[in-house]
Formats: sequence, structure tokens, C-alpha cells
Amino acid sequence: MNEFWEAKVRLQWAELGESYDVVIIGGGGHGLATAYNLAVHHGITNVAVIEKDYIGGGNSGRNTAVIRSNYGKPEPVRFYQRSVELYRQLESETERWVMHDERGLWWLAHTEAGRRQERARAEINRAFGADTTFVEPEEIERGIPGINMDANGEFPITGGSFHAGGATARHDRVNWAFAEGAMRAGVTIVQGVTVEGLMMDGDRVVGVRTDRGNVAAGTVVGAVGGHATTIASMAGVRLPIRTHPLQAFVTNHYERTFDAIVASNDLGFYLSQTARGEILGGSHIDPQPSYSRRSGHDFMSEISRRVIALFPFMGRLRVLRQWTGICDMSPDYSPIMGLTPAPGFLITTGWGTWGFKAIPASGEAMAQLIATGATPELIEPFSIDRFANDRTLADRGSSGTH
Amino acid sequence: MALRIPCPTCGERAIDEWVHGEIINVPAEITDPDRRDLDRGYFHNNTEGVVEEAWFHLYGCRRWISLRRDTRTDTFL
Repeated sequence: MNEFWEAKVRLQWAELGESYDVVIIGGGGHGLATAYNLAVHHGITNVAVIEKDYIGGGNSGRNTAVIRSNYGKPEPVRFYQRSVELYRQLESETERWVMHDERGLWWLAHTEAGRRQERARAEINRAFGADTTFVEPEEIERGIPGINMDANGEFPITGGSFHAGGATARHDRVNWAFAEGAMRAGVTIVQGVTVEGLMMDGDRVVGVRTDRGNVAAGTVVGAVGGHATTIASMAGVRLPIRTHPLQAFVTNHYERTFDAIVASNDLGFYLSQTARGEILGGSHIDPQPSYSRRSGHDFMSEISRRVIALFPFMGRLRVLRQWTGICDMSPDYSPIMGLTPAPGFLITTGWGTWGFKAIPASGEAMAQLIATGATPELIEPFSIDRFANDRTLADRGSSGTH
Repeated sequence: MALRIPCPTCGERAIDEWVHGEIINVPAEITDPDRRDLDRGYFHNNTEGVVEEAWFHLYGCRRWISLRRDTRTDTFL
């Protein structure tokens, strides 16, 4: 972030102290939102957020910025619906413009099985408070400009669902809104500080060791993206996580409005138009577990072919940038939040490819957990215990997509 | 990143031809049999550094090979 933006969003950096009630590792959306909620809603202001690089520089600034709650199981639908609602209030709550734009998301099906899946999605969404309806191909053709309904015969559209709560927001502004609100309430946020280990008292985590000295803490929260396994292993906690790269791209400016947010499981991509007019898209994770953030031409050529099959007009656009983030994938495609086997160490991870949309709800729930010591009912199903208790949340609504 | 994987029979081939296989390593510290089963089923070392892993050349010689890769840079050693 340059000086202009620092002045604009009034970020006030502080020096890292020696002791805090809560130390949050990772200055991405989840860490910042947790700090914000602790300070603003629970009066816990003796909080530090430690970021290795710059705030929002990891996956919080690399995602495709889609907000939605059209998941396939009751627990995720309820949780993400809370996030959809908190995103609606975020601008009035933080008094910062985050370019929140609720324009609806179309989820396309290309087979009979996909059509049945979208019907089921709409039913379960409505049952748990998310506004999703099943749509016939005719409605899709009317609703999405420039769509090629038979996708050159390869992926004919057989139906879909329309999720009215689908929205986008500017991801950097979301990070800054939470960071600024937290700073105003007295939270210390430091950049360029690397956590090298955790201070332990037996099993208990009592602080962090950084390249700028030791910091004692009543509670330590691991809120990093990509490197969650590395941080958790410092506390002796094993995670059911594999880290995979995910690539995304934007095209140059498309001069007309393309208002739909479109996703397709079978075609394996999702795209939307940014406020600058660019078409922003992403695809599946890369197959190998890796911490490398290099992008590749194979991804770009394959996704271009699929995008142009569905939207021939996009063949005229040029790819402006592509980039990669590294995603913490859990075995059941659901996040892992809450207490860990190590006392004093909390975790929010497994945000795979669906972390941005969850930032306000996860921040709210994690702050409640830290303030009260009791896991909120909303995130109880996402505890790390679920693997041992045979209560995993395998959800096709999130798999491989944003 | 477009990984190219060195195959001892076929030469260097694109990752699209391959299936990745993790070599499961349940830590020796876990001694309870149920905990070991749980770890084998769900948990991962997810090493940030050099890993030993298996690759199956599905669209090539159809053999499993074992390789060492640095997960920070995606280079084979």
C-alpha cells in the first residue's frame, strides 16, 4: 500500500509491544476482522495483528471477491448467509466504501445431473435463509448478456440457479476498512514481522517468537492463509490441510456492462466484471500441493477456451494480468475454525477457495469465541474435532470453486 | 505453474499426464491405533519444503515413480 492510500484510509501503524491479551498471526481479512470485532464489539483492545508481508497481501488481496451463501449443506448455508448479511451492513458499520455490489450470481448446469443439483441447491438454500431459485435455460438466456447457450455443443446449458444474494466487493477496501476500524479502536497492527515460533508452557501456547522479539499473549490466533500448517505445527497441532495454488486473471477493460456473476462447475470457472470494467475470472486449484505462487500458460489457455465457448464476445478481450494464491484445502471443502488441542491457540483456516466471502462472519464468530471462551453455535460444526467425530461437511457447493 | 515432471521412461512430460500421489507418513509419536487411522485418513504433513512423493504417469508409461520436490518453488531435486 502506498502513502497516498495510507493517508486516504488513515492507517496508523504502531510499534510491536511485548505483551497482549490476544495476538493474531496473519493480517489478512480474517485476522483483521477478528481484531476489529474484538476491539469494537467486545472492548478487548489490547490486541496485536502480526503480518509478515503487508496487510491484505496474501489471499485476501488475490481472491476473485465474490460473496455468496448458496452452499449445499445446512451448516455452511447458515454461516455464509450471516456473512452475506454482515457484508450488506459493512459500509455503514465501518463508514468506509468497500464497493459492495449485490447483483446476483448465476450458477449454471450443463448436464441432467447438474440440473438436479441446482434444484437441490435452491431448495436447501431457501430452507436455511439464502435467496436462491432454480432457473430454466430461457431465464438464463434473458438474464446473462452475450451467453452462448449451447457452448459450441460442448457444454449445453440445461438449467441453473440464481442466487439473489450473490455480490462482489473490492477486497483491498474490505481489508482496509477492518484494519482502520481496528486501529481506531486501539489495536496494534504491524507489518513486515515474521513469526518464527510459538512460546510454549507445556502444551499451552503463551506467546509468539518473532524476528522483532518475543511477544507474550493470553490467546494466540493462527489466521494465516497458505501457511496455516507451518504455524500450527509450531504449537504441535496437526491439520487436515493441503496447500494448493489457485490461479486467476483479469482481462482488459470491456466497454459494456456485464452485470452477472457467473459460475459453472462443469466448465470449472467463475467470472464477474470489476468496477474498472475488467472481466475477472478464476478456475480450479492446481493438482499438486505446493506453496509456489507462479502462474502458468496451461491454465490461461485452458480457461480461455472454456470462457470463450460460453461467452464468444470475450474472445476479443486481452488478458491483462494473471496471478496465483495458495489455498488451504480441507478434506471436506469446509473451513476449520475454533479451539485446537493446544490450549491458548485458536485457529481459523481451511479457507481454501471460499475465504473472502466469510471474512465478516468468521471475524465476528472468532471474536465471540475469544471474548466468551465458548464456541458460537454458528461455527461449532466447523471445529477441527469433526474429523475424529465423523461429522465432516463434504459440500459440493464449495468444491473447486470460489 | 505448468509443472513438467521428469519421467525415467518417457522424458519430461506436462503435469496433465500425471496423477499426484502423497506418501502418507503418520508421525511415530501418534501411538493410539484409532488416532493413527484418523491421521492416515485426514491429516497431512503438508510440508513447506522438500517432500518425497509419488507420481503415476497415467497418460504415458503407466508407472508409479517416486520424486523429491521442493514445494516452495515446485522444482524437482
